[in-house]
Amino acid sequence: MARTVSTRRKMIVTVLAWAIGLLIFFPILWTILTSFKTEGDAIALPPKFLFFAWTTENYGIVQERSNYIQFAMNSIMLALGSTFFALIIAVPSAWAMAFAPSRRTKDLLMWMLSTKMMPPVGALIPIYLIFRDTHLLDTRGGIITVLMLLNLPIIIWMLYTYFKEIPGEILEASRMDGASLGKELLYVLTPMAIPGIASTLLLNIILAWNEAFWTLALTTKDAAPLTQFIASYSSPEGLFWAKLSAASTMAIAPILVLGWFAQKQLVRGLTFGAVK
Amino acid sequence: MGTISLIKARKAFGDAVIIPGADLDITNGEFVVFVGPSGCGKSTLLRMIAGLEDLTSGAIHIDGKDMTNEAPSKRGLSMVFQSYALYPHMSVRGNISFGLKMAGMPKAEIAAKVAKAAATLNLTEYLDRKPRQLSGGQRQRVAIGRAIVRNPEGFLFDEPLSNLDAALRVNMRLEIMQMHQDLGATMIYVTHDQVEAMTMADRIVVLNRGNIEQVGSPLDLYNHPDSLFVAGFIGSPKMNLMDGAPAIPYNCTTIGVRPEHLTISQKLGTWPATIRLAEHLGADTFLHVDAGPCGFVTVRTEGEYDAVTGAKIFLTPDPSRIHRFDKDGKAIRK
Repeated sequence: MARTVSTRRKMIVTVLAWAIGLLIFFPILWTILTSFKTEGDAIALPPKFLFFAWTTENYGIVQERSNYIQFAMNSIMLALGSTFFALIIAVPSAWAMAFAPSRRTKDLLMWMLSTKMMPPVGALIPIYLIFRDTHLLDTRGGIITVLMLLNLPIIIWMLYTYFKEIPGEILEASRMDGASLGKELLYVLTPMAIPGIASTLLLNIILAWNEAFWTLALTTKDAAPLTQFIASYSSPEGLFWAKLSAASTMAIAPILVLGWFAQKQLVRGLTFGAVK
Repeated sequence: MGTISLIKARKAFGDAVIIPGADLDITNGEFVVFVGPSGCGKSTLLRMIAGLEDLTSGAIHIDGKDMTNEAPSKRGLSMVFQSYALYPHMSVRGNISFGLKMAGMPKAEIAAKVAKAAATLNLTEYLDRKPRQLSGGQRQRVAIGRAIVRNPEGFLFDEPLSNLDAALRVNMRLEIMQMHQDLGATMIYVTHDQVEAMTMADRIVVLNRGNIEQVGSPLDLYNHPDSLFVAGFIGSPKMNLMDGAPAIPYNCTTIGVRPEHLTISQKLGTWPATIRLAEHLGADTFLHVDAGPCGFVTVRTEGEYDAVTGAKIFLTPDPSRIHRFDKDGKAIRK
């Protein structure tokens, strides 16, 4: 049944949506604005919104003081690496749980999700010590492993939901056609699940890119991603708001661009199967 | 080649027994229809033959060889699914050739076989389309094309026509029968529609709660049902079954008379009745009458019958066509 929506109602909803959107976006906007202020303007009271002396000197200083490219490369490697390995584990696991469930599959899925409910700091000391003893501290391999394990439950859950939507008869047809398990996964299941896998991949890249707790705790220099790059501007000598903002803007820019281009895919992926 | 035997084939999930134990021999080139109400286990039985369901116990022999634990693709059988189960991301060509590709057949040979199958099924101009760009009937054809291209010993059909509209269903039914004549391959066809079963089968297997109730030719089942269940399931409209008083003169618990084996008279007959409803089909008229102690009875009369609701009539059964059943629902033969 189509519901008629009055023009006035539509207007209120639009205004409200914009207000909420701006509210959520405001911190990012403020960060970007601050990055173009002098340190003096950045802490001025009352805050200067648009009328200040615009400057790009912060970006110059930030680039001079630390090598942005190296941090960015680490971020890219960590995000892509952890996503890649997570998918290699998650596709077969989700397949098994969706198409050959056992009595404990539901419990297993719940248990995996429950690991996300535990505060990560609870595992920090043991993991730190393991990393120290196995010389994994500040290595890309180590961080990729941690990020992968961190996001694996969510990836498996997402893929499981997508795979559940694929009719089992199609996989049975491929079995009748003589496809082995590997070929069934490669030629039939994966191509059909590509929209789902794509949005899972995007979400995981974003989550891994933004992950700060573990990357800050387990890296210092060699494997340090952009989170470390930002954090280095909150130094004991005091906060340099403008430079910190410049660093933050540089750190979030790539993922913001990616998110902008992928938003359609992301929304579709996250609401996949919600409406038939 | 093409013989299929079930030997005490049993399927159970824990305590839930789906198929208590089925014995059946299907000869080469036979068209066998599994029919029964939903949940009777007919699809499960088919899937056991296909190898998509494991047997709990018993054996399946295909072409004389024990195939009980063989992979589905090694059994020399093709299956057409109810939902067609086409690969949505592949073209029609990709769908039809997938099985051959998996078998590692050379490309030139695959192309030739696909072209031939497509020509047989009038799919040549659609080969590069995706399944979503096809109509229901065309998708059904692709599913059949995928089955015949592998040149199997036997075909398994799992309610293949139930997603089609009525007119198309009649067409496809004829096409499948034609295909059976042309290929001469063994076919097992699952349906809940007894009309499909009657029109297509060489032999019908009637299933009830996982048990094979009766196996026989369509007319065999129509003329000599072994049990009340088969009597009520085969034939349309359904056989009239009467308990109690009407059965006493025949020395049994229940008698059954098909609607077409009752004659109507205005003046005299065995059972008086009152007309309640009439269905006019043109060629036939189905009368639903209240026959007192016989209960509600359906009568089929040829041609147009000028039925007046409430009119009193008399029904007389054809004495040679009365089916008698004992208290366990088994047929009593003279």
